[in-house]
Amino acid sequence: MTKPLLQVEGLKKYFPIHSGVLAKQSGYVKAVDDVSFHVNEGETLGIVGESGCGKSTTGRMLMRLLEPTEGKVTFDGKELTSISNSEMRKARREIQMVFQDPYASLNPRHTVEKILMEPLKVHNIGDAKSRKKKVYDFLEIVGLSSYHAKRYPHQFSGGQRQRIGIARALMTNPKLIIADEPVSALDVSIQAQVLNLMQDLQKELKLTYIFIAHDLGVVRHISDRVGVMYLGRMAELATSESLYAEPFHPYTKALLSAVPVPDPGHQREQIILEGDIPSPSNPPTGCTFHTRCPYKMKACTSVVPKLEEVKPGHFVACHLYNELVQH
Amino acid sequence: MTKREIILEVKDLQTSFFTDDGVIPSVDYVDFHVKEGEILGIVGESGCGKSVTSLSIMGLVPSPPGKITNGQILFRGKDLTKFSEKEMRKVRGNDIAMIFQEPMTSLNPLFTIGNQLMEAITLHKKGWSRKQVKARAIEMLKLVGLPRAEELMKDYPHQLSGGMRQRVMIAMALVCDPKVLIADEPTTALDVTIQAQILKLMRELNERLHTAVILITHDLGVVAETCERVVVMYAGKVVEEGTVDTIFNNPQHPYTKGLIASVPDMRFKKQRLYSIPGNVPKPGTIPNGCRFAARCESVFGRCTVENPSLYETSDNHKTRCFLYDEKGVGVNDKTAATS
Repeated sequence: MTKPLLQVEGLKKYFPIHSGVLAKQSGYVKAVDDVSFHVNEGETLGIVGESGCGKSTTGRMLMRLLEPTEGKVTFDGKELTSISNSEMRKARREIQMVFQDPYASLNPRHTVEKILMEPLKVHNIGDAKSRKKKVYDFLEIVGLSSYHAKRYPHQFSGGQRQRIGIARALMTNPKLIIADEPVSALDVSIQAQVLNLMQDLQKELKLTYIFIAHDLGVVRHISDRVGVMYLGRMAELATSESLYAEPFHPYTKALLSAVPVPDPGHQREQIILEGDIPSPSNPPTGCTFHTRCPYKMKACTSVVPKLEEVKPGHFVACHLYNELVQH
Repeated sequence: MTKREIILEVKDLQTSFFTDDGVIPSVDYVDFHVKEGEILGIVGESGCGKSVTSLSIMGLVPSPPGKITNGQILFRGKDLTKFSEKEMRKVRGNDIAMIFQEPMTSLNPLFTIGNQLMEAITLHKKGWSRKQVKARAIEMLKLVGLPRAEELMKDYPHQLSGGMRQRVMIAMALVCDPKVLIADEPTTALDVTIQAQILKLMRELNERLHTAVILITHDLGVVAETCERVVVMYAGKVVEEGTVDTIFNNPQHPYTKGLIASVPDMRFKKQRLYSIPGNVPKPGTIPNGCRFAARCESVFGRCTVENPSLYETSDNHKTRCFLYDEKGVGVNDKTAATS
């Protein structure tokens, strides 16, 4: 049995809303509302969802780039949510992040060498000579060359920049990498290169990934397990095989059927959801999806569905699969 | 099926940008046509010239530095490149309309939806009364499936969601019953479930109003689902053209093949994605010969020396690749000679 490397329990992030002349607090944006999951060592957990579902906020809270309002994050036996900031800084050596925009996440005034050296300096790893060697080694590992070290970010293409972003995340030999939309800014052919690189690195360096994305095809390709989020909550969580073959939650069903398939002969029943995603500052009561759900029942408007196991390893938060509520 | 007439034809179009580093042709001898009521897809990665092509058709290439340096754009036989700005203004909206990727930046945040829609109508329908104009605006909002159209007229763009804004843009583009609608990445900024709504709307409107649509996108899934014919562009040139079935089931150009194989499929797990090595050549550093040669698996001697022309390999299927030279006849050899 693989053991969980990361355990998340009841994670919440409420952003206060201030309004009026005196900026009195008038409510909350419930960006993430009671999310729990775990990630096993060596696996890839994909988190998908549309904009505003809280997937990026979740990713940032795991590293405490954002302080969670409530909840517990345990990494490798250590509770990250209760340690001090300086201890957290040390813990970040083991957890690194790859960001979406390779244009904005690299300092344009630093050479690649300086960018890659930074994490080693922050964490006090090695001396000047060994650091330099490590920079060159990792440039080769991500498919660039050591002569690229003296160049500046603007001299690289989008795909190459994302490789630098990945190399930077790898510098401290982390166990867990949180990748927030790492390929969504890239063209299809470059996207495939970066996805392949990430898979190779995972095998070689025994990495664990949390892969946050909105593209369901990309997530299926790279993930062992997938969590689907909607308006700050986890709607469904299962192995990627099980989720894509037999989605249970009405939202997952609609989401999967909405993705355009690059095959003109592909026949399927498309479920087109009515309306837009409600605002997280004023989310619907009960199940947050009930305003758009084609199978809405009475209980859905008042009772929040719990994430429950409906098949071994397949969890769904929907009253349709909860017999107690149905009858 | 009844034979439909060609409504818009782009012939040998070359649009260049005059920069400090010299003249850079961003679109280089591009040919394609759109028939009445048809949905044509133009696919390609960033920098392939698909957006510049559409801006050229609309006469909206920023000038300077951009300029159409060669070719014709024939709308019902009339060459739009010869039109004055005043004449073009009549074409835009009335005959050819366009919607853009960013529905937020395309609407003026300081004016209400009604105000902007009515402005578009007043500009084109001289002599209409205010009442008529307003009625038309509300009718258009209803046509694109927006609820509570009357109240929406008083709303500002920021009060609408991304999907609703794109619907407003479509309504605005269609106020004068254009014959051709150019949609430049209309769903790229939208979420999947909203994208499905907008694509469905576009297909319905195309059926109901018989507006021809040029759909420009980088998403092969969107093309497969929406278009009848596809033009694949690479580094400023058309590399393959055919019906949606031939392009996806029998792609010929190595670039098209590679592009299709690069897309992760949601229906089954591929062990490893195919990836095209290298990067798209930067404009201005286009190599001699076939522009894809440096990244191509089937490259051979001729590819780096000569320019391939667009060979007709079967009915309605053309490929710009020497692999198909013997099987087909070059349909526009003059392109190869001049570029």
